[in-house]
Amino acid sequence: MIEVEDLLFHYRDGVELFRDFSFRVNRGEAWTIIGPSGCGKSTLLFLFAGLNKPVRGKIMVGGRRITRARPSTGLVLQDHGLLPWATVENNTRLGLKVRKFYGPDGKHSPAGMQLNEDEDDKRVNHWLSWLGIDNLREMYPSQLSRGQRQRAAIARTLVLQPDLLLMDEPFSALDAPIREELQKVMNSFHLQSGLTSVTVTHDIEEAVVLGEKILVLHDPCNCQPVIRENHLSGNIDKRNSPEFIDRCEELRDILGSGSGTGRAGGPVFP
Amino acid sequence: MKKKATFLSTLGGVAMFFLLWQLMALFVNRPILPSPLVVVPLFLQNIRGELGLHFLASAGRVLAAIVAATLLAAPLGLALGQMPRLDRVVGPLIAILYPIPKIIFLPVIYVLMGITDLSKITLIATIIFFQILVVVRDEAAGLRKELILSVKSLGAGRRALFRYVYIPASIPAILTALRVSVGTAVAVLFIAEQSLTSYGLGYYIVIETYQVLLYPEMYTGIMGMGVLGVLLYFAIYSIELKVSKHMFVDGD
Repeated sequence: MIEVEDLLFHYRDGVELFRDFSFRVNRGEAWTIIGPSGCGKSTLLFLFAGLNKPVRGKIMVGGRRITRARPSTGLVLQDHGLLPWATVENNTRLGLKVRKFYGPDGKHSPAGMQLNEDEDDKRVNHWLSWLGIDNLREMYPSQLSRGQRQRAAIARTLVLQPDLLLMDEPFSALDAPIREELQKVMNSFHLQSGLTSVTVTHDIEEAVVLGEKILVLHDPCNCQPVIRENHLSGNIDKRNSPEFIDRCEELRDILGSGSGTGRAGGPVFP
Repeated sequence: MKKKATFLSTLGGVAMFFLLWQLMALFVNRPILPSPLVVVPLFLQNIRGELGLHFLASAGRVLAAIVAATLLAAPLGLALGQMPRLDRVVGPLIAILYPIPKIIFLPVIYVLMGITDLSKITLIATIIFFQILVVVRDEAAGLRKELILSVKSLGAGRRALFRYVYIPASIPAILTALRVSVGTAVAVLFIAEQSLTSYGLGYYIVIETYQVLLYPEMYTGIMGMGVLGVLLYFAIYSIELKVSKHMFVDGD
């Protein structure tokens, strides 16, 4: 689904976040990316989304080289990004409206897209009720709790039937109980849909709960991907099992060992 | 959340206003402050005649200025808000021009544009123009990056961003700017209409009534101008209530 080949990336400050970085995400896998702040984990996600461009190397998504935002990739950010002046329902419909606005041009919307109002209505209703917010459809974002806003943002993305779901720290602004609830929601969603997903997090437990595979990033520069297979994902109730705690411990060790060797984050001037 | 003005509270305000006027008329007890009991019936009678024409002339000028200013300032504000580099160049100029009272250019505009309605409309439009320009620019520039990114991730390019983000984001700001600047606009109109015209409430109040000591008639003109300001204010306010529903809901 995602292939990264010999990626080189830095922002204008010149600090290389990735060099000769290669790895792949297969269709149907649920990945998490974890690392300290400034390690480039959100940058990598934005590269997948086509919102950042590689300096060198190549990123393929769905078999095509990615140069701009891809219509069938869904993106959920930490800051829900809902329109403050639109109700939950209208926010959920926003992506559909944008697609209708452009028509099936293959650039802003999938080329083979069919416009079907009934079908759209059904999907909006389906995801609103699946996420448990169909009773809030007439509310504005300012009237919702943070968890409800994030549910609306997820509904808005899923309505577009993405084949890849990217999430950047989607639950890190939420209180623990709400966060766990949404992790459960995403677990059962992955189980049902088998959608390929990549979730960026700085929370070790969340990485283990959501990721069948966990990519661990370090302070720049990242060259060799550190990947952990994780069969404990998808079962938040195992969180107190010794196995789960060991896995978190292991990740903590990997994260700890990397921080001393890499270059410190922040701009470095030659 | 903004506070909603209710019909009852507005009615209460009107009642208190007339009561206060009546009390002051009784207290001052001179021809320069006639009682509303004299002025209001006279106003209702005259508004159907000559006074009505003066009212329409004034209202037309303000409305024309509002439309012209909005059509020019809103797109420019949107553009500046999205182009921080351009804004850094012209921003300081706007910051200087914005607080200058535009009325002082009255003679200049008269000479340059001639003694037509156009010059009066231009003067008022200039005032509203800067108000709208500044709020729309700030609104467009203040949209959070995350919001733009997430709408982009839904497939929106520049055109869809305009249609679904920038325009709906700036309409409430335009309405608020109009509502707060409409009072100044009417005040400037009053001054601009005192000369070089033969229609308009400003002309009626100063030339036709005040200078010939027709105080009750003068007050009908004053009432006309007051009504004009109040009507415009509440007309814009009611559009705001409809368009900016999200600002009037309970929330955090």
